Amino acid sequence: MIDLVAFIPRAIGQSVPLLFGCTGEIITEKSGNLNLGIPGVMYVGGICGVIGAFAYEQASKGNMIGILAIGIPMLCSLIGSLLMGLLYCFLTVSLRANQNVTGLAMTTFGVGFGNFFGGSLIKLSGSDLPTISLSKTSSFFSASLPFADKLGWFGKIFLSYGFLTYLAIIIAAAAGLIIKKTRTGLHLRAVGENPATADAAGIDVVRYKYISTCLGCMIAGLGGLYYVMDYASGIWSNDAFGDRGWLAIALVIFCIWKPGLGILASILFGGLYIVYLYIPAGMDHMEYKELYKMIPYVVTLIVLVITSMRNKKENQPPASLGLPYFRENR
Amino acid sequence: MNEKKNPLFHIVKRKSMPLSKQMMVRLIAVAVAIAVCAIVTVITTGMNPLSVFAATFRGAFGSGRKIWITLQDTAILLLIALALTPAFKMKFWNIGGEGQVLMGGLASAACMIVLGDKIPDPVLNLLMIVSSVFLGALWGAIPALFKAKWKTNETLSTLMMNYIAIQIVAFFTIYWEVPKGSGKIGIINQSTNAGWLMQIGNKYLLPILISVIVTVGIYVYMKYTKHGYEIAVVGESERTARYAGIRPGKVIIRTMLLSGGLCGFVGMLLVGGIHHTITTTITGGQGFTAVMVSWLAQFNPFTMMGVSLLIIFLSHGASEISTSCGLNQSFGEIITGIILFFIIGCEFFIQYKVIFRKKETENTKEGPAGQKEETGQDSAEKPENEAGNAKEDSEEKPENETTQVDEEVKS
Repeated sequence: MIDLVAFIPRAIGQSVPLLFGCTGEIITEKSGNLNLGIPGVMYVGGICGVIGAFAYEQASKGNMIGILAIGIPMLCSLIGSLLMGLLYCFLTVSLRANQNVTGLAMTTFGVGFGNFFGGSLIKLSGSDLPTISLSKTSSFFSASLPFADKLGWFGKIFLSYGFLTYLAIIIAAAAGLIIKKTRTGLHLRAVGENPATADAAGIDVVRYKYISTCLGCMIAGLGGLYYVMDYASGIWSNDAFGDRGWLAIALVIFCIWKPGLGILASILFGGLYIVYLYIPAGMDHMEYKELYKMIPYVVTLIVLVITSMRNKKENQPPASLGLPYFRENR
Repeated sequence: MNEKKNPLFHIVKRKSMPLSKQMMVRLIAVAVAIAVCAIVTVITTGMNPLSVFAATFRGAFGSGRKIWITLQDTAILLLIALALTPAFKMKFWNIGGEGQVLMGGLASAACMIVLGDKIPDPVLNLLMIVSSVFLGALWGAIPALFKAKWKTNETLSTLMMNYIAIQIVAFFTIYWEVPKGSGKIGIINQSTNAGWLMQIGNKYLLPILISVIVTVGIYVYMKYTKHGYEIAVVGESERTARYAGIRPGKVIIRTMLLSGGLCGFVGMLLVGGIHHTITTTITGGQGFTAVMVSWLAQFNPFTMMGVSLLIIFLSHGASEISTSCGLNQSFGEIITGIILFFIIGCEFFIQYKVIFRKKETENTKEGPAGQKEETGQDSAEKPENEAGNAKEDSEEKPENETTQVDEEVKS
């Protein structure tokens, strides 16, 4: 039987990058932008955090102040992913480029950017360290509440995480509320469903697209930051982030564009991502773990097909998803 | 928004642009992009710009072998782009090239492993081709079926199919791993070469020849056949197609069978002709790059040749630079990304024109490509200025739509 007390925290650890990416992508997609650059943005968010932390660790010579140790990498990460978001918006909204192509180019660029600086940072900065290991910064990021250990299984399942985990859940919940309950959210959905109508109603389509996409990218970038600083204990290794960015996009479909649902769905996906570790297959049949890793994608595909089959209005992708908006094209 | 102030500039769609001028815009964009890449390279490596260019050429065309590899890689990228093109022309966003190629590769690897040395080589090769085309086509047809039947978003479904394919390949690489526990297959039939595709001339020529044939084939198919015409009509408007007696669902599935089948064939070339092994990374993201190649070339097979050559040239050049400077290999991806951003951006100046307010001449344009464009256009655009303004005023009218917004938005 699976040891749940050990399993759930690990599943949640896996789920946080997905949740950040998913929330960011939902906000983006609600404005009608299908940003396939999210995997790249998450890489950029991660590596920018690493660069910030690296610079600060080098500069501070060991006596680090908590607020700066967290603030600097976070700020760098946010700026990095914001720039990626702006680039995407400039190309797709202002220059009306094709969203799929732009997104894929951003992923190529972002993954390359992450791996390049991850692999070359030491050489470029001229320091003599063997690897990028930011364990000090990481200890600030992954610090959990001091009394979490004393509360037994409850503390382990609910309180044993760094602050980014809770931030991810708060952001997702807030995003869900804003999209569903507020006027801003209504306008955002209007832009994503039918930009021409929204425009006629006096909503600034361009501004909504820019802000939501940039915000979405910044949130997604935090997912990259979480992965390096908390999950991987501050050690950057190239391509370790893997296909989580794509999984985050899958998650968006799986939770049918609802960030609140995304919280639970991301934990489920996180669990599916590592469930093979807990299923006794024996060393002879390592191949089956690859099939377990396939489950999230298959499930997502099934959800996608079923939602389109049932054709229920509230479960559809935003109607103008992936289409550029040009006022005079109508 | 109202008449209080004329906006500084506004944007009008062009009717058309002469091909020579289009090419000029693209060339300028590529030139600017290369300049930016050079600056980035100089900053990160500290090399002087001339040696950067020298190194790039050395990386792509430095020796006979390098030229052949560059051409071969170009051919593979071109083939995938060509395979995706009919689907794109239909506005079916098949970004599942990666998965379709992998499944094709897996099929031929399976034939080579299971049947190698058991049946004569020509039969085996034929079987590889048939099975890989079949599996690739199947992988393309599944999302097409969903799209045709229930209008499932094909961008997302093909994306999922990619990762399902990757995991299936990962499963089989461990299933067939040699030696046990290594987690990879290694060169298949290394001693007997069973199932390896025959070599024409040298070992690089076969994919190149095939890519040339397929380029012409796709060009003819898209331009001169009934199928090609139907694809174009469905891409423009499904309603028009239905009115003209074309069944969009049928065209979508047929086209994706072709697209996926061709991708599967490329997978067979990769496994049977080039790598003689299969890994999950055998396509190296080219399924995605090909999407961009096809789109950037405006779905023109011959332009695709140039675009794929440019991308392969730059990535080989960049990897040469990173090797010689002891930097990470991913440098090539950054360079490719920058080039792509510029080419993507420049399409705007081909499809639209920017008209500035008459009196002001200040430049608040963002892109470097934009400035060049605008100086060339300025004089010709003046007369149309009024017409453009009048058109924009009329945009403000439909106010009765305001109330519809709340209804249109899903709860």
